Amino acid sequence: MLRSKNAADWGNVSEMNKEFLVYLVIVCVKILLVFGVVQLMVISMIWLERKIMAHMQVRLGPMRVGPHGLLQPIADGIKLLFKEDIIPEKASKLLFVLAPAMAMVPAMLTFAVIPFGDAVKILGYKVDLVITDVNIGFLYIFGVSSLGIYGIVMAGWASNNKYSLLGGIRSSAQMISYELTLGLSLIGVVMMTESLSLVDVVNAQAKLWNIILQPIGFFIYFTSAIAEVNRCPFDLPEAESELVAGYHTEYSSMKFAMFFMAEYANMITVSAIAVTFFLGGWQGPFLPPVVWFLLKLSGCLFFFIWIRSTFPRLRYDQLMHFGWKFLLPLSLFNILITGLVIVIKG
Amino acid sequence: MIHYLPILILFIVAVGFAVTNIGLSAILGRRKPTAEKLSPYECGINPVGSARERFSVKFYLIAMLFVIFDIEVVFLYPWAVAFKSLSLFGFIEMLIFLGILLICYFYIWKRGGLEWD
Repeated sequence: MLRSKNAADWGNVSEMNKEFLVYLVIVCVKILLVFGVVQLMVISMIWLERKIMAHMQVRLGPMRVGPHGLLQPIADGIKLLFKEDIIPEKASKLLFVLAPAMAMVPAMLTFAVIPFGDAVKILGYKVDLVITDVNIGFLYIFGVSSLGIYGIVMAGWASNNKYSLLGGIRSSAQMISYELTLGLSLIGVVMMTESLSLVDVVNAQAKLWNIILQPIGFFIYFTSAIAEVNRCPFDLPEAESELVAGYHTEYSSMKFAMFFMAEYANMITVSAIAVTFFLGGWQGPFLPPVVWFLLKLSGCLFFFIWIRSTFPRLRYDQLMHFGWKFLLPLSLFNILITGLVIVIKG
Repeated sequence: MIHYLPILILFIVAVGFAVTNIGLSAILGRRKPTAEKLSPYECGINPVGSARERFSVKFYLIAMLFVIFDIEVVFLYPWAVAFKSLSLFGFIEMLIFLGILLICYFYIWKRGGLEWD
C-alpha cells in the first residue's frame, strides 16, 4: 500500500518535472529566437538607416561592400572588433567598462514581455508567442527601460572628459523629463484595458486599435519615445557640433559599438511598445500575426528614420520647455478626457 | 514566480552577449598605449583641469521635480487599472489629487522653476 502510494507520488513528480522541462525548452528557444531576431534587426537597421537617409538626401549611401552596401554593417562590426580598446588613464576603470553593458542589457530585457503573435500549436504543445506574460508587464517595461539611463550617466561620469560629462548630464535630465510623459501617455490605454499585462492590451484591440481612441496618447508616446532613445530631433546628448560625441566621446572599439547597438535596440523596443499599445499588436487580417507584428514594427522604425532626416535638432531649453510645459499638461489632460468619457459612457 | 524565470534566462543571455563583446574586443584588438592616447580628448589641445567640475544646479532641480511627478505617475497606475470599477468616485478622487499637484505645478512654473535661461 505504502509503496504504491509512493510510486504514484513519484509518478506525479516526474510528470511535473517533464512538464517543467518542456516549458524550459520552449522558453529557451523563444529567448534565443527573439534575441537573434533583435540583433539581426539592429544590424539591418544600421544599414537601412544609412541607405534611407542617403536616398532622402539624394545620395547613394554605402555602395562598396556587397550589393548596395548590404554587408557594410558586418564589415563595420569586424573592423570595430579589431580596433584598439582605449581606456583613458584618468577614467574610473570599472565604471568605464561596465557602462556599455549597462546600456545594452536593459535594452534587450524589455522584449521579454512584448507579445509578437497569437498562441500557436507546435508538436502538440501550446506555445504563446511572448517570452513571458507577466501581469505587471507595463510596470516591468518602464522599470527596466529606465535602467538604461544608468549606462549613459556612468559612461559620461567615468570617462573623466568634459564633453562626456556634459553629454551624460544632459542625457539624464532629458530622459527623466520625458520618462514622465512616456509613463503618463500610456495610462489612458491602461484605463480602457483594465490590465497591466501586454497580452491583455493586445487582445483588447481586436476590433479597434487604440490609436483611434487615444490619438493624443499616441502623439505624446511617440514624441517622448524619440526623446527617450536620444534620437534626432532630441539628440542633444550627442550633439556632435557642440559636444563631439557626448557621453561616448572616449569610447572606442566594441564598447563604442555597444552604445550604438543599445540605441538601436532601444529604438526597436519603443517601437514594439508603440505597436503593442496603440497599433493593435499582432492583430490584422489575412497575414499571419508575426508578419503583422514585424510589418508594424518596421513602419514605426521607418518613421524614426524619416523624422531624423526631416527635423533639425532642438535647442536644450526648447527641449526642456517642450517636455515640461507642453507634453506634461497635455498628457494629464489626456487622462482627464479619457476618464471623463469612460465615466459618462458608464 | 515561474513567470519571472524567462526574464532571468534572458538576462543571463544578454549579459553573456555583452561580456562576450567586451571580452572579444579586449582580446582581439591590439594595444599600443601612449600618453597622448590615454589623455582625455579635448579637440587636440592639452586637457585643461579635470572634468570633475561643478555643473548647473538646474539639473538637480529637474531631478527633484522628476521624483515628485514620477511618484504621481506611480499612484496613477493602480488607479488606472481599477478605474472602471471605481467609476465616478475614483474619477473625482483623482481630480482632487491631480488638482493639488497641478497647483504645485503652476507654482513651480510661475516661480521660474522650468526656465532654462
